[in-house]
Amino acid sequence: MSPTQWDFPVELCCRPMAFVTLTGLDVVYNAVHRAVWDAFCANRRADRVPISFKVLPGDHEYPKCRPKRTSYEWYIPKGILKTGWMNKHLNLVPALVVVFYELDWDEPQWKEKQSECATRVEIVRQSLQGRNTKVAVVLIQKKTPLPPGEDVIASERAAALCNACELSGKSLFVLPHTDHLVGYIIRLENAFYEHAQTYYYTEIRRVKSHKEFLNKTTHQLLFVRHQFKIAFFSELKQDTQNALKNYRTAYNLVHELRAHETNILEIKTMAGFINYKICRLCFQHNTPLDAIAQFRKHIDLCKKKIGSAELSFEHAAWMSKQFQAFGDLFDEAIKLGLTAIQTQNPGFYYQQAAYYAQERKQLTKTLCNHEATVIYPSPDPLETQTGVLDFYGQRSWRQGVLSFDLSDPEKEKVGVLAIQLKERSVVHSEIIITLLSNAVAQFKKYKCPRMKSHLMVQMGEEYYYAKDYTKALKLLDYVMCDYRSEGWWTLLTSILTTALKCAYLMAQLKDYITYSLELLGRASTLKDEQKSRIEKNLISVLMNESPDPEPDCDISAVKTAQKLWADRVSLAGSGIFTVGVQHFVPFVQCKTKFHAPSFHVDVPVQLDIYLKADCPHPIRFSKLCVSFNNQEYNQFCVIEEASKASEVLENLNQEKMCFVPGKTRKFLFKFVAKTEDVGKKIEITSVDLILGNETGRCVVLNWQGGGGDAASSQEALQASRSFKRRPKLPDSEVHWDSIVIQASTMIITRVPNISVRLRHEPPALMNEMYCLVVTVQSHEKTQIRDVKLTAGLKPGQDANLTQKTHVTLHGAELCDDSHPALLTDVPVGELHPGEQLEKMLYVRCGTVGSRMFLVFVSYLINTTVEDKEIVCRCHKDETVTIETVFPFDVAVKFVSTKFEHLERVYADIPFLLMTDILSASPWALTIVSSELQLAPSMTPVDQLESQVNRVVLQTGESASECFCLQCPSLGNVEGGVATGRYIISWKRTSAMGNTPVISTVIILPHVIVENIPLHVNADLPSFGRVRESLPVRYHLQNKTSLVQDVEISVEPSDAFMFSGLKQIRLRILPGTEQEMLYNFYPLMAGYQQLPSLNVNLLRFPNFTNQLLRRFIPTSIFVKPQGRLVDENSIAAA
Amino acid sequence: MAVCIAVIAKENYPLYIRSVPTENELKFHYMVHTSLDVVDEKISALGKALVDQRELYLGLLYPTEDHKVYGYVTNSKVKFVMVVDASNTALRDNEIRSMFRKLHNSYTDVMCNPFYNPGDRIHSRAFDNMVTSMMIQVC
Repeated sequence: MSPTQWDFPVELCCRPMAFVTLTGLDVVYNAVHRAVWDAFCANRRADRVPISFKVLPGDHEYPKCRPKRTSYEWYIPKGILKTGWMNKHLNLVPALVVVFYELDWDEPQWKEKQSECATRVEIVRQSLQGRNTKVAVVLIQKKTPLPPGEDVIASERAAALCNACELSGKSLFVLPHTDHLVGYIIRLENAFYEHAQTYYYTEIRRVKSHKEFLNKTTHQLLFVRHQFKIAFFSELKQDTQNALKNYRTAYNLVHELRAHETNILEIKTMAGFINYKICRLCFQHNTPLDAIAQFRKHIDLCKKKIGSAELSFEHAAWMSKQFQAFGDLFDEAIKLGLTAIQTQNPGFYYQQAAYYAQERKQLTKTLCNHEATVIYPSPDPLETQTGVLDFYGQRSWRQGVLSFDLSDPEKEKVGVLAIQLKERSVVHSEIIITLLSNAVAQFKKYKCPRMKSHLMVQMGEEYYYAKDYTKALKLLDYVMCDYRSEGWWTLLTSILTTALKCAYLMAQLKDYITYSLELLGRASTLKDEQKSRIEKNLISVLMNESPDPEPDCDISAVKTAQKLWADRVSLAGSGIFTVGVQHFVPFVQCKTKFHAPSFHVDVPVQLDIYLKADCPHPIRFSKLCVSFNNQEYNQFCVIEEASKASEVLENLNQEKMCFVPGKTRKFLFKFVAKTEDVGKKIEITSVDLILGNETGRCVVLNWQGGGGDAASSQEALQASRSFKRRPKLPDSEVHWDSIVIQASTMIITRVPNISVRLRHEPPALMNEMYCLVVTVQSHEKTQIRDVKLTAGLKPGQDANLTQKTHVTLHGAELCDDSHPALLTDVPVGELHPGEQLEKMLYVRCGTVGSRMFLVFVSYLINTTVEDKEIVCRCHKDETVTIETVFPFDVAVKFVSTKFEHLERVYADIPFLLMTDILSASPWALTIVSSELQLAPSMTPVDQLESQVNRVVLQTGESASECFCLQCPSLGNVEGGVATGRYIISWKRTSAMGNTPVISTVIILPHVIVENIPLHVNADLPSFGRVRESLPVRYHLQNKTSLVQDVEISVEPSDAFMFSGLKQIRLRILPGTEQEMLYNFYPLMAGYQQLPSLNVNLLRFPNFTNQLLRRFIPTSIFVKPQGRLVDENSIAAA
Repeated sequence: MAVCIAVIAKENYPLYIRSVPTENELKFHYMVHTSLDVVDEKISALGKALVDQRELYLGLLYPTEDHKVYGYVTNSKVKFVMVVDASNTALRDNEIRSMFRKLHNSYTDVMCNPFYNPGDRIHSRAFDNMVTSMMIQVC
């Protein structure tokens, strides 16, 4: 964009830098000079001193200096600030002129060269007549200079040269053209900078010195001008603090000026300039709050200074520029590291600038609506002789006129007219859009999404005014969803209305239809008459006719649009527009509902589609179809209405697809689910409602899933919270809010019509083949086929149970680990109605505990649903929990031959093993046999044949066996000696003959075997008789490998007399046996204590009589002496 | 006093909105809507503070050239937004605060109405009158 009247001049916006000109450099043809110049101006980084350099010829003419005024008494200023002043001091009048001259100290023709240099300096001085500009000389030398003081010739000649050129020593420099050029240059420019600062300092002093001549009445303008100049020079001097101070003073002085309609523009322009400088410096000093405060003050002071009402758009333009410039400054400061916040960022200033730009446009519209016949005045009053104004902010046709009275009202009128006509050609929308997009960029950065949307709406509207409808639509469409999702319906409606206008003016069919659909919907806040107009238009578009133009549209645009629509019509409008409704709020609502969350496969699936229109007039749709995840069902859920035919026939069907506003319409669909879909979910994927003729032009409203659009979830939530009572409606109608969407259903198997019974005798006994009788009876009306049985341990129980449970159909043999825990899909054949079958199932449980068993029967049956034959698989399952118990408890104990309990057995001495089988089963058990398998160390004393063969045990009964065993000495074995195994073979008494016998193995306990030194056993008859001799023989065996000294004594007893050795001491050799014979003579009948044998081993004091008593009998039964006659009978007893 | 008063639901849709110069209603709607940016930001900043120490009054949300927008948020995240003419310098922070408190009380009364369904738009005559009383004094 070319700079407009309102843009700030470049020289105001730049950073002022000291101006230094370089002369005597031939940068085109001289390589050395070129290098010097490049070193000055190329790659100037921020750390170099702020100087702007310019190469000029030595005889360049600088602007003439006006003669010094000796008195201000008669001087009347014509304006505040000349337009050329800033540029003059930035780019035309140097602070320092440097004369470059190639001269070495050892130059042979020194004299000539010296005078040539002096001449050059003189020429420069001439052209700077009257200015305080400094002059300096730089000698470009080929040789490296010696350190100062060493080169006598150099210092001599330098002094001479200074003299010739009338220079102070400080203004003469030497630039050796060697390797370190940049280093020398930097030193040089630092020196230049110092000179420049001195120059600007004197300039400030000079301007200040004028002050005392001024008076407040006639020189008000000069106060401002001088203050501004001081500030500007301070800036050039890089004294920003003083610059800021002086600008502030200048700003206050500007507002002290007498303002009138004729000079208000000049005052505002200057105030704007100074304000800009102040804000800029505040940001530079990192005091953004000061900048903002200054700007606010500035705006508050100037807001009301509108000036001429006819040119009030100028004020708006000026205001807009103020805000924009501040925004730019703010933004620049942020780029340099300032942090802004959400509520204070450049965006607000751009937004306000845009607002004033809009106001400018409005004012222009009302003030500049001249007839076309009004022509631009000639000669152009805005034209000046030089092409520019002399002073900032003045009117071109009365420059320098200070009087508040208009000397020439006619001229004034023409001037105003010229400005107004010029304003008319300004493209306001472009300005506004640029400002708005600047603001959008800022608000995006500072987390203001809604502000951003709002500005985008404004941009869209501005594009609409600028007739760029494509861009307008794009922006509006982009932000619509933000307002929709937050439910700001008034705002949405307003945006949609604009969007509809754009769509109409471009004859964009799809957009036009979409926006119409939503504007008719419940989210729209339009009045009913508006809605009916839109509805009418929508219908005509669908019938391939041109719609009526939208209200308040530009007339010429409407004409173009009508042509476009006519073209569309002639193209014999075709096309199907599919509109996904889930992103907006159309005027038809849809809800889908399966009647149940699940359906049996032999029952037709039923669903309702509820539709409700919100438009003002009844509307007829042509087709409704529902899509499912299994597309084969789609064909069953279509309602179509050939609109042409129905119009003629006017049958009941016609009513079906005609929606009355506000009334809920229900459509029932019914279909039979596929048998493959058993166990699957049927989902509604979409509902399509078609408006218009499918062969011509139509809109497909597409609801994804079970219906619902952008607003319906919130509405459903509100409805669910509400506990308002709904008014009663006729039976056929329902309340829209009360319909809950059910968009999917499960297809489940047909209900089985068979019975499964289980017969068994719990509990199961461990390891037995437990019999489970399964009875399946059909109650179906027709034959059932492919009956399959799955039975066994119910899956999902303890994993160990699976290892220890085995199922088989064959009860005749024991099953082992190769049998599974669950028999699957055992084919059982077919069943006629009423027929029943029985299946025996054998389960072997290897551990005790309870188990769940599953019996699952499935079958096929043919049925008809809705006149459709289908094959259903039905199944029925039955579970049962069975407890497994031990069949019996077996107790084993060791006893001595005297049936005395033994803790331990003695080596080589016979003992008894007693087993006790106690039935724990509630059912009678038959012990088929039992077997004792001895460990190798044990030897039987007699035959080991079973004593419990074929014994039947009832509950609680027990069977015992006894085996006489002997164990040789094995030395000291840790934990005792293994005895062997006891195997019981058994079955249930009730079991049939072919039932296998179960062997239960019992591991016999270990026994501790101990050696004894002496074993005594006695031979004596089983009973004695009174007064009859009773011979008793004691055998004493030495079990050790030592000779044993044995003391034996027999205690007398009252009941016996006896003969034999009463007390003896003898020796028994190792391994031998001593026999002691006694003859007892019983004196009394009954159970009598025998005379006790006491053995004392001298070598084994531990061997006590206590131990001995275990082996030898201590008493005997003595029968009385019978009569002779009865002797036989007594003997028999 | 106020030129626009709005009640905004927790989900940020308007429950009640009324402005005095009715011809420029849309502008106020936009103003209230955009002020929610600042409200959201303030709430999320406050979220870290202890709930019971929370100040419901959010203060000045943002100034525009002509208006000042103030905010207030209840514990149930219902927002009150009030737009005041920028030229009206008589209104101090304390007065705005008490106006909000009055508004809150009146809103509480609306909520206590067993026939009012929370989340619905407010159509209460008592609330309306109260809002009017806060708006007319200037006009």
